Amino acid sequence: MGWTRKDLLTMRELDAGEITLLVDTAASLQEIATREIKKVPALRGKTIVNLFYEPSTRTRTSFEIAGKWLSADVINFSAGVSSTSKGESFIDTAKNIAAMSPDVVVVRHSSAGAAEVLARQLSCSVVNAGDGAHEHPTQALLDLLTIREKRGHFDGLHVAIVGDITNSRVARSNIHAMRKLGMTVTVAGPPTLIPPFVQELGVKVAYRLEDAIRDVDVIMMLRLQHERMQAGLIPSVREYSSYWGLTLDKLGRHARPDVLIMHPGPVNRGVELSPEVADGPYSVILDQVAKGVAVRMGVLLLLAGSKGAAAA
Amino acid sequence: MSTLIKHGRVIDPANGVDAVQDVLIADGKIERVGKNLVAPVGAEVVDAAGKVVCPGFIDIHVHLREPGYEYKETVATGTRAAAAGGFTAVACMANTNPVNDNGAVTDYILAKARVEGVVRVHPIGAVTKNLRGEELAELAELAEAGCVAFSDDGRCVMNAALYRRALEYTLPFGLPVISHAEDTHLSLGFTMNEGVVSTEIGLPGSPAAAEDVMVARDILLAELTGAHVHIAHLSTAGAVRLVRDGKARGVRVTAEVTPHHMILTEEAVRSYDANTKMAPPLRTKRDTEALVEALADGTIDCIATDHAPHALAEKEGEFDRAAFGIVGLETAVAVLMDRLVGPGLLPLGTLVSRLSRDPARLLNLPGGSLAAGAPADITILDPERKATVDPVKFRSKSRNTPFGGWTLTGGPWLTIVGGKVVRP
Amino acid sequence: MSTPARRFREKAQVLDDAALDRALTRIAHEILEKNGGAADLAFVGLRTRGVTLAHRLAAKIAKIDGATLPVGTLDITLYRDDLGIRGTPVIRGTDIPFSIKGKIVVLVDDVLFTGRTIRAALDALIDLGRPQSIQLATLIDRGHRELPIRPDYVGKNLPTSRRESVAVRLREHDGEDRVVIEEPEEA
Repeated sequence: MGWTRKDLLTMRELDAGEITLLVDTAASLQEIATREIKKVPALRGKTIVNLFYEPSTRTRTSFEIAGKWLSADVINFSAGVSSTSKGESFIDTAKNIAAMSPDVVVVRHSSAGAAEVLARQLSCSVVNAGDGAHEHPTQALLDLLTIREKRGHFDGLHVAIVGDITNSRVARSNIHAMRKLGMTVTVAGPPTLIPPFVQELGVKVAYRLEDAIRDVDVIMMLRLQHERMQAGLIPSVREYSSYWGLTLDKLGRHARPDVLIMHPGPVNRGVELSPEVADGPYSVILDQVAKGVAVRMGVLLLLAGSKGAAAA
Repeated sequence: MSTLIKHGRVIDPANGVDAVQDVLIADGKIERVGKNLVAPVGAEVVDAAGKVVCPGFIDIHVHLREPGYEYKETVATGTRAAAAGGFTAVACMANTNPVNDNGAVTDYILAKARVEGVVRVHPIGAVTKNLRGEELAELAELAEAGCVAFSDDGRCVMNAALYRRALEYTLPFGLPVISHAEDTHLSLGFTMNEGVVSTEIGLPGSPAAAEDVMVARDILLAELTGAHVHIAHLSTAGAVRLVRDGKARGVRVTAEVTPHHMILTEEAVRSYDANTKMAPPLRTKRDTEALVEALADGTIDCIATDHAPHALAEKEGEFDRAAFGIVGLETAVAVLMDRLVGPGLLPLGTLVSRLSRDPARLLNLPGGSLAAGAPADITILDPERKATVDPVKFRSKSRNTPFGGWTLTGGPWLTIVGGKVVRP
Repeated sequence: MSTPARRFREKAQVLDDAALDRALTRIAHEILEKNGGAADLAFVGLRTRGVTLAHRLAAKIAKIDGATLPVGTLDITLYRDDLGIRGTPVIRGTDIPFSIKGKIVVLVDDVLFTGRTIRAALDALIDLGRPQSIQLATLIDRGHRELPIRPDYVGKNLPTSRRESVAVRLREHDGEDRVVIEEPEEA
């Protein structure tokens, strides 16, 4: 089997075998973080460009460390700091960067489909680090790795994803990946934050937190952005956190004692998670972050280090 | 100067003709249509054997972009695109810069058309000043300057009270008001249809209801005022139902549909290619089926392309930042013949009617008929012609089409305006 | 070490189970002799069969000398010089649960061929720490070196032609202890 794609753009287009390969590769790379010399020469001489149009210290740093631990040359490009503020278009920027022959471009953008558009323009590999509300594949992969480490398997697990599903690329990527690996997914939140026809993605829908978190193995809480209140989607942050925010008390009354609490970060303490839950014993949020580097190393290695991919 | 078109299958719905006949043209007018006509001395003879001879096609919804957006299109290039697509006349929308909301701009457009246009150009005037939806434009002056209808197309006049007054005010002119039906509160921020696809690909969508709500409003206002309201670019099954009910009640409502809304669905947007982005957006299969059915039974009165040229830079980047709209003049007839007539979804005669007789009647334009004395605007089709759409070869300045690379059977062959063959 | 995906058939048996065991016993004695005992010794086996052989050597030394020597597992995929040429890198993971600093590390592999695998293993080990010295034990040396690498301990020297393949079968993986030479099946 192996990896044959030029790019990693979505979880939707991958099959279970490819997803498992990515997770397994990431798992084997975790030990590099424990070494004294955190470097392997696998991508020596390869150039990786981080093209980040949306501010993101955490994901960008994660990709940067991943590239550097693999001995690649990593260049960071943040929109606003360079030519985009002079009015250069997305496509023009992409073409200029392509002219400098990178091996991999990692792109984050606020427009859904931006990674796909870029991948069509560039002959090098493109990694989607988040495109609008569409997908964030490496986040789903690190979520899966975290779950497998804690639970030992995927098949048959039940995950609840709670929050602003409509605007969440984390939700979409996880839904596709989890469904392919045989997991059951329930999405939950106020109806105004749940997109129409979401059941067509193969998920169950709940409108009350209590209904969503009963009997699940994993509760994944999403970040609430304050713009949603301005857009008239929810009446107030206060009401949202009161009815859909997770507290120890609600966990105690409705969830299983061995449930895992996850969050893609950054956490709005007191809104979607109370501080006691965010920092408490059920939470694996920091494990997620740690696995991010291993996952991204795996992705870069498979894209830049695979014969099939290079030829595509 | 005479021309004799021989041996073609003449389809002239206005006069109930569908037969192999000859058409004799003289001095820019139809002289006779009949069998085995003899060419006068010195006449040019066009052998139309195997071809279909129709009244010149009229596209009542075109954006020529001049004045103000000449980098996208001009009257010269837009009319050449029309001729290449088999159209002998176009009606052009008012969202230029400056907006066509006064007689001076209308005069400018007509002057450009006289000098540089190769097909007939009929300007449509704005309903409100600067398309702002706040104050009525000087509609009487626009009518006098030669506008054939009024429309704020591109925008919707959201203020129902203002729109009612516009409909009333235009009654004496006998000119329809053309509605871009879109409740902009419901559609706020949209880039595509709200549905399964938008949920999956993470793009903000506008529900069919955003159009239906406004179509319902416009039909009721037409009923209230007795005015003729024409709904532009109908795209939903719900709107079709409303128009059908309105007509049954005797309301003076008419409607048009674009080729792309009948051929493409929201599935095309999965590619994130901004040449699938327009307003109203591509909808579902159910909607396309309802639209074709309505066009066939006459609930939808005519076909109009909503030809909306945009520069490459405005359509090649991020989907949500791209401009709305696609060109259509040069692909409409071929796409419709290949995808509707070919598979038997629409009879050829109905297609011809919806592109000639019906738009002419709707806007009270000369044309749409091959009766003796009618202007010699003629569209000749080749039902056997097989060609692949190549945007690089378009006469239009713009290339924003989703049909690039489509191989289509059937299409325009010759375009004659005022008795002269147009070679764009 | 890796064979291309053609079909091979057995040409000759090189070692049977008894001969294989005797070779390992001899190597275990040689290791103790060369190093004057078991002090500071550690084994690192190359995936996959090198690891098994390393465990067997450690067991033999425990029997001979009484010393319990640590055994680690090394995956050299990330150090190979042919990434991007040969399909998808498959990483099985390195697991060396002890410090190699100051140790005499005996690298163990089943077949020594071009020497490139060992070159990668040396780079990997040095990234993990600073051993006192590194020695190389291989069950089979089949010649055709492409780099200046030489083994310290050899089970059997086996001249082969390049198109042949050497298959080391071990009980724990293949159900039997046997070493054979294979040649490509003529189509």
